[in-house]
Amino acid sequence: MTTILKLDEKIAFSLRALYQQYGYRQFKMSKFEPYDLYMQNKEFLVSDGIITFTDNDGTLMALKPDVTLSIVKNYRSDKTPIQKVCYDENVYRNNGSGKQFREIMQVGLECLGDIGLYELCETVMLAAKSLEAISANYVLDLSHMGILASVLDALNISESTIPQVMQCFADKNEDGLFALISSEQAEVLLPLMQINGPIASAVKQLKSVASEDQLYTLEAIAAYLRGFGMEDRVYLDFSIVSNRNYYNGIVFRGYVDGIPSSILSGGQYDKLMRKMDKPAKSIGFAVYLDQIELLDQRSTAYDVDTVLLYSEDQNPTELAAAIQTLGSESIFVLREQPERLRYRRLMRLMNGRLEELENHG
Amino acid sequence: LKTMVNVALPKGRLGEKVYAMFEAAGFPCPSIRENNRKLIFENEEAGVRFFWVKPSDVAIYVERGAADIGVAGKDILLEYEPDVYELLDLHLGTCRMAVAAKREFRDDPRKTLRVATKFTNIAKQYYSAQCRDIDLIKLNGSIELAPILGLSDVIVDIVETGTTLKENDLEPFETIVPISARLISNKASYKFKYEEIASILSGLKGQVKS
Repeated sequence: MTTILKLDEKIAFSLRALYQQYGYRQFKMSKFEPYDLYMQNKEFLVSDGIITFTDNDGTLMALKPDVTLSIVKNYRSDKTPIQKVCYDENVYRNNGSGKQFREIMQVGLECLGDIGLYELCETVMLAAKSLEAISANYVLDLSHMGILASVLDALNISESTIPQVMQCFADKNEDGLFALISSEQAEVLLPLMQINGPIASAVKQLKSVASEDQLYTLEAIAAYLRGFGMEDRVYLDFSIVSNRNYYNGIVFRGYVDGIPSSILSGGQYDKLMRKMDKPAKSIGFAVYLDQIELLDQRSTAYDVDTVLLYSEDQNPTELAAAIQTLGSESIFVLREQPERLRYRRLMRLMNGRLEELENHG
Repeated sequence: LKTMVNVALPKGRLGEKVYAMFEAAGFPCPSIRENNRKLIFENEEAGVRFFWVKPSDVAIYVERGAADIGVAGKDILLEYEPDVYELLDLHLGTCRMAVAAKREFRDDPRKTLRVATKFTNIAKQYYSAQCRDIDLIKLNGSIELAPILGLSDVIVDIVETGTTLKENDLEPFETIVPISARLISNKASYKFKYEEIASILSGLKGQVKS
C-alpha cells in the first residue's frame, strides 16, 4: 500500500498523524474566499499573485492563497481557552519567474487563544518534528522579532531606514549594513547578524541585548527541545525577518538538505490577530510540499511489472484465469509486444498455457 | 568524501577576476585555465567545483540550488530580487546604475517620462518612489540608441566609464545606485554546507581590496 503513495502524499499523512497526536483537529476549508480578506492583509501573505474571479453577484473572489487568514477569521474566543487546528490544503498562487498559475500543497497548524510558554515550545518542537519527518538532515532557523526590534529601537534608527536594515539582515549583507547606517550602529548589529548556531549555545550571545523575558523564552524552548533530542537541529538566526506588522516574538523557517529553499515557515502573529479584532494570541506554521518531489530518489525502472500477450482467438475465461494466476503488482494486457514500454517480465498466453518470454529480474 | 561546493561564475572579464580571487584565497582549479570546451571544472582537494554561466543567470543557479554560491552584480540582484544571502561585496566590476539622456535634454515634469531600459524593475521602483508617471520601454540591448532615435526621453542603464554615452552625445545625469559584484549563497546550502562556505567567505574577505 505504501509503495503506491508518492513521497509528498506519504509525508502529508504522517504530518497529519503527528499533529493529531498533539491534540490538533483537522479543519476542512472551502477553496474560495472573498478577495477582501486578502486585500486587507496583503502583506501577511508570503507572496502576492492571488488568483481572482467574480462570483454570480459580482463579488470579487479569490482562490485561497493561504490558509492562516481563513482560520483566524473563523476563530471564536468564547469556545475554548485554546483552539488547535491543523489542515492539509491546496493553495493557489500566481507567482514564480514565469508568473504561472500554481497549486501548492500546504500542511500546517495554528494554535489560537491563550498562548503561553508551553504552546510556544510545543509548536517549535512540532515544526522541527515536521522537518524530521521529511528528512533526517534538517535545520530549523529560529529568530525573535522582539529582540531585533528593541535593539533597533535603542539605536534610534529612523522608521524609514528600518525596512532596509531588516532587508540587510534577511540577506546577511554586512557590507550593506555599514553602507546604510553609521559604523557605530552597525557594530552593535553585526554580532546579531553573525549569530548562527544551535539555539542552546547561541542564546548565550544574547545576554547583553535581550530582555530577561525574551531570554527566558528562548532558553525554555532550548530546554524543551533537548527533551526531544532535537536541540542541535534548531538554530538561532536573525536572518528570518517576517513582516513586522503581523509577526512578533518567535518566528522560524525550516530547511531540509536537498531542497534549495525553505519549506516551512511560521511564527507568532499576535499582531495579525489584533488587526482582525480577535482578542487572542496565536502561533502556527505551514509546510510547503510542492518541492518534496526533489527528494524522491526512487527510480521507476519499469513502467509496468508484467506484460501479458494474448492472441486474437483467446478464450476470455482462460485469459481471466491467467491474469489471476499471475497476481502481478501491475499488469498490462496486450495483443502485440509493445515497443516503448519498459516491463519487468513478458508473458504469453498460448492455447491456454502461460509461458515466460522475458524476465529482467 | 569531501563536501563539494558548487560555484557559479559569471562568464567574461569580471568572472576571470573573480576566479583569480578564489585562486588567491586558496580555492584554485588549474584546469579552468586550460583552453578546452569543458563546462565544469573541479578541484576535489580544495572542495570546489566551478562553472561559467551567463552573468544574469548566476542568481537563478544559486537561488535554485544548482550552485551553492556564486558571484553576481548588484544590478542583477536588484532587478530580479532572488531569495539568496548576499554575503560579501567583492568591490569588483564597480560601476553605477544611472539615468542618462541626450545632452540637451531637459526634464519636463508635466509630461510622462519615457524610459528605455533593460532593468525594468529597478527603473519602476526608482520612479515610483518619486511618484513620477513613466512609460516603461523594455529593451534587450543597444539601449543608448533609444534617446537618439526618439524612442525614449531617458535610459536607465549601467554606466562604467561613460565613454559609450559620451561618444553618442549622451550624458548621465542621475545616479540611482552604485553597483559592484557580490558573493551570494543559496539559503539552504548555507545551512548544510556552512563550514565550507564560511571558509570560502573568509578567504575571499582577505582578498577584497576596498
